[in-house]
Amino acid sequence: MTRRNAMKTQPAVSDRRGFLRSCAKTLAAAAVLFGAFAGRSLSAIAKAAAAARAAFPATGPIPGYDWTKHRWAFGVDATKCIGCLRCAEACKVENHVPFNPHEFRTWVERYVYLEGEEKPHVDSQDDPGDVAAAGTPLNYRFDDRYRNAKVEKAFFVPKLCNHCENPPCVQVCPVGATYKTPDGVVLIDKNYCIGCRYCVQACPYGARYFNEDTHTADKCTWCYHRITKGLNPACVEACPAGARIFGDLDDAASPINEFIRSHPVRVLKPWTGNGPHVYYNGIDSEVS
Amino acid sequence: MDALMHVAPFVASPFAGYVYPNETILPWGVLIVIYPYITGLVAGAFIVSSLSHTFRIARFEPVSRLALLSAFAFLCFAPTPLLSHLGHPERAFEAIWTAHWSSAFAAFGYVAGFYFILLSMEVWFAFRADIVALAQRTQGVLGRFYRVLTLGSYDVSERALAYDRKWMKVLAALGIPAAVGLHGYVGFVFGSLKSREWWSSDLMPIIFLLSAVVSGVAALVVIYVVSSKVRKTAIDEDCLTGLAWVLWSFLLVTMVVEGLEYVEMFYRSIEGIGEIRRLIAGPIWAGLTIQALFSLLPFAVLSVLLARRVRGRALVGWMTSCSVLVMMAVLAMRWNVVIGGQELSKTAKGVLTFTPPLWGLEGVAWALTLFALSFVYLWVLTRLLPPWEQAAVGAPVRR
Repeated sequence: MTRRNAMKTQPAVSDRRGFLRSCAKTLAAAAVLFGAFAGRSLSAIAKAAAAARAAFPATGPIPGYDWTKHRWAFGVDATKCIGCLRCAEACKVENHVPFNPHEFRTWVERYVYLEGEEKPHVDSQDDPGDVAAAGTPLNYRFDDRYRNAKVEKAFFVPKLCNHCENPPCVQVCPVGATYKTPDGVVLIDKNYCIGCRYCVQACPYGARYFNEDTHTADKCTWCYHRITKGLNPACVEACPAGARIFGDLDDAASPINEFIRSHPVRVLKPWTGNGPHVYYNGIDSEVS
Repeated sequence: MDALMHVAPFVASPFAGYVYPNETILPWGVLIVIYPYITGLVAGAFIVSSLSHTFRIARFEPVSRLALLSAFAFLCFAPTPLLSHLGHPERAFEAIWTAHWSSAFAAFGYVAGFYFILLSMEVWFAFRADIVALAQRTQGVLGRFYRVLTLGSYDVSERALAYDRKWMKVLAALGIPAAVGLHGYVGFVFGSLKSREWWSSDLMPIIFLLSAVVSGVAALVVIYVVSSKVRKTAIDEDCLTGLAWVLWSFLLVTMVVEGLEYVEMFYRSIEGIGEIRRLIAGPIWAGLTIQALFSLLPFAVLSVLLARRVRGRALVGWMTSCSVLVMMAVLAMRWNVVIGGQELSKTAKGVLTFTPPLWGLEGVAWALTLFALSFVYLWVLTRLLPPWEQAAVGAPVRR
């Protein structure tokens, strides 16, 4: 008797029992598989946690640097910035940022109020006019478009990642590839980032970009590789006017504390609730 | 300068006013337009099958299994645009294994996965009698495929079928909150971002959900009519009129809610409204026109069709045309939201104009290919599990 005929002639009840039995078998197999998987994952997680504890002591992963002993912050004195853009160039070189006018870890904005106008004209080094003025992708400069205009007021505003207290970019990362360190710096693990760009969307400051070389999200790290060795970020180092100030909020003598104490500083887009850690002096409400 | 412009496929230029330098490359391109669109088709098709299975609305019976298969086909393809878009698709599953729960994205795998299991089960129960029949009369590899698909259950007695129906009813009932959840969730992915003026809205999940149902029902009408024409079978006019009612009512509510969103935005006129005006008059002008016209026009036609109780070829012709227009309107809406939101600069001082590339992973051609593939997949599914009528197994025809 063929299998098919057997099926037809068997009473329905036994077939249903058979069905239930095979269901139970399938379920049991699935449970075993799931159990094996879960067990493997759990042991893998436990192993990884142990490895992490060994690799990252409470003082952090960098030998000789205790990340619980610092609270970094950044200051920008717009009254000092001369718009030379050496900071933007230094950053690109220091951090291997692709040399194109679409990907920046830091940039400078130019605000120009013309006579009789209420709103400023704003541009930055990626403006086609400014890119043309620079003539080379390795250098940046602002063009002289206002040479014959009646300028009432003008200032430059350096911009960079705000390393927020409540970073929305960290909140939206689906895998936790971007995270906040105990010393207040927001970093990206480019070996873990899946490249979904949700963080790029979530940053209200436009500080993040999608790195076309690594295919991961990228942004300013305050030169974490430098500051953990006691050096200043590259942009701070390169600034000839002292417009960029960096330091440790936990150190009363640090330049950043001196800057915050002695200037009426403000942060950008405070209404977001992000709690940015870049403090500005000398900007007006048009800067956002 | 020109040499620099090749760096990314989605450089958005020119821009007017001031935009942040990093904004001149749009993070999300056409793939993220097509992703919520395909997901939306799932919701709409599924609602129709639920109207038949759970609420026992008999007039939807002729399309109920086709709707189920359509929902299943679209759901299988919903993650593909996302996957193509990732910078590191090989790490995609990290979002499931090591989900970072504060992210709205992290839930996608789970929400879609749950819904996939649910839909698979419902498809299985809906087609079980057919699978048994096919397993018994098909030879070769395909026969083996069907025999595996039976999961060892060959019982097609009335009692067993009643049991199937009970399961289907429960699954379809469970599926409604799952479908609503899946699409409301997609709206949340956009609406929850405070950084983007154009997205940040409490109405976003509702708008996404409603328009999803509209597009899904419209897609089902097109699939039903085209498949009937190809198979040279009669189109059930009661069913089509029922679908017209569903389309009409969801279209009405969608248009009202979307209209309210715009009215509210302009009535409030908070800072940045000037740039929103610039966006509407500029980069997304064409998209918004398509969205509005292709919603209003079908709505008017559907109103006439329903008021005058139009039947016959006129009903089929007009319904199909309306459905195609509505599908285009919803696609335009997805564009206006996803691309429009990124064309409005975070500086609130400028707008960008984005023209998608034709070729490449982020190109229009690939996005359309993925969309078309979901229909090819549906066609394959209908060949494997014909949804048109119950297979003859000597078993009583359901209901």
